[in-house]
Amino acid sequence: MAVPAAKQRLSVPFDYDKYLRPGKLPHIWCPGCGHGIVLKSLLRAIDKIGWEKDNLCMVSGIGCSSRTTGYVDCNTVHSLHGRAFAFATGIKFSKPELNTIVISGDGDAMAIGGNHFIHLCRRNIDITVLVYSNAIYGMTGGQYSPTTPAGSYATTSRYGNIEPPFDPCEMAKAAGATFVARSTAYHTKELEKILLQALEHKGTSVVDIIDSCPIYYGRMNKFKSASHMMNGLEKDGTITVAQAAKLTPEEIGGRQLRGILHQAERPEYCENYDNIIVKQATATKGA
Amino acid sequence: MAEAEKKLPRIEIDAVRCKGCSICVDFCPTKVLIMKGTIVAVDNLAACTRCQLCDLRCPDFAIRVFD
Ligand code: SF4
Ligand code: SF4
Ligand code: SF4
Repeated sequence: MAVPAAKQRLSVPFDYDKYLRPGKLPHIWCPGCGHGIVLKSLLRAIDKIGWEKDNLCMVSGIGCSSRTTGYVDCNTVHSLHGRAFAFATGIKFSKPELNTIVISGDGDAMAIGGNHFIHLCRRNIDITVLVYSNAIYGMTGGQYSPTTPAGSYATTSRYGNIEPPFDPCEMAKAAGATFVARSTAYHTKELEKILLQALEHKGTSVVDIIDSCPIYYGRMNKFKSASHMMNGLEKDGTITVAQAAKLTPEEIGGRQLRGILHQAERPEYCENYDNIIVKQATATKGA
Repeated sequence: MAEAEKKLPRIEIDAVRCKGCSICVDFCPTKVLIMKGTIVAVDNLAACTRCQLCDLRCPDFAIRVFD
């Protein structure tokens, strides 16, 4: 029966279980939490790039997003709040052959680990950082985070947040990351594609992923359901770089840009270090 | 092609994993799924286009669509 190739491919569900630790599901995340959707996109991207689980290391800090490392069947480190970047740098530096991914959240990456985050980017070490951006500290009860939009509500901003938010992408770019992109949980196929490009990139790649915390951010900000929130924040709240190029700033409004926002070439940290070793060894031999 | 269209897909729902968030129900383009209490159920299998959107957006690895 001649079924078009694209259709044939689509009708075979992806086997996520081969990347998950047996017996660990159902996971800890609340009903409708976007983190599971992001994890699925990441697993499909890892499958596409074809990395062996033994050559893959996932490092996380603390927060709902950071629970990811408990589920994936590869080398994993569930480290300290905000310190995943430091742990990952050490791991990559000592074992450059390990494909290393940091899983972080907006609070973990932009507040508690802000300093570690910028220095990882500055070094351009070959690590991919995923920031699950849901604009809230979910695990500790819904406090506002550095990415909570001004005016929106959290358990610690009952009258509306008076602080302006950080843009994790601008932060990554300014600090020196050589691949910076954004997508959302809603755009699951697009996210998979962007994650694949981030994994392929040599140097520090940062992907800011807008996903939803329906339990805290959603309830506090009057979203009726997880899908209502995904439609409001992820679908209608974002626009692709290509679409935005045709619009005026007024037309774009408050929507966040999706796609690859910055890409550059710069020497990678481990390679730089290797070069020194080779240079010194040859110099000593020559002497 | 006619034969292939007649053949119904098989939708597998993992009752232990499903948390009843309704994301798959709300985003299914052809309204195949419904909520039955706190778990999802298939309501109109014939309308399923095998688009896989329910699986792609299910946060809980709980729904899969086979040909
Ligand atoms: S508190 Fe929010 S971010 Fe944490 S698991 Fe629940 S929905 Fe997800
Ligand atoms: S595969 Fe598509 S059409 Fe079929 S149930 Fe899932 S979302 Fe609906
Ligand atoms: S999206 Fe997944 S967890 Fe949510 S209702 Fe559907 S099958 Fe259940």
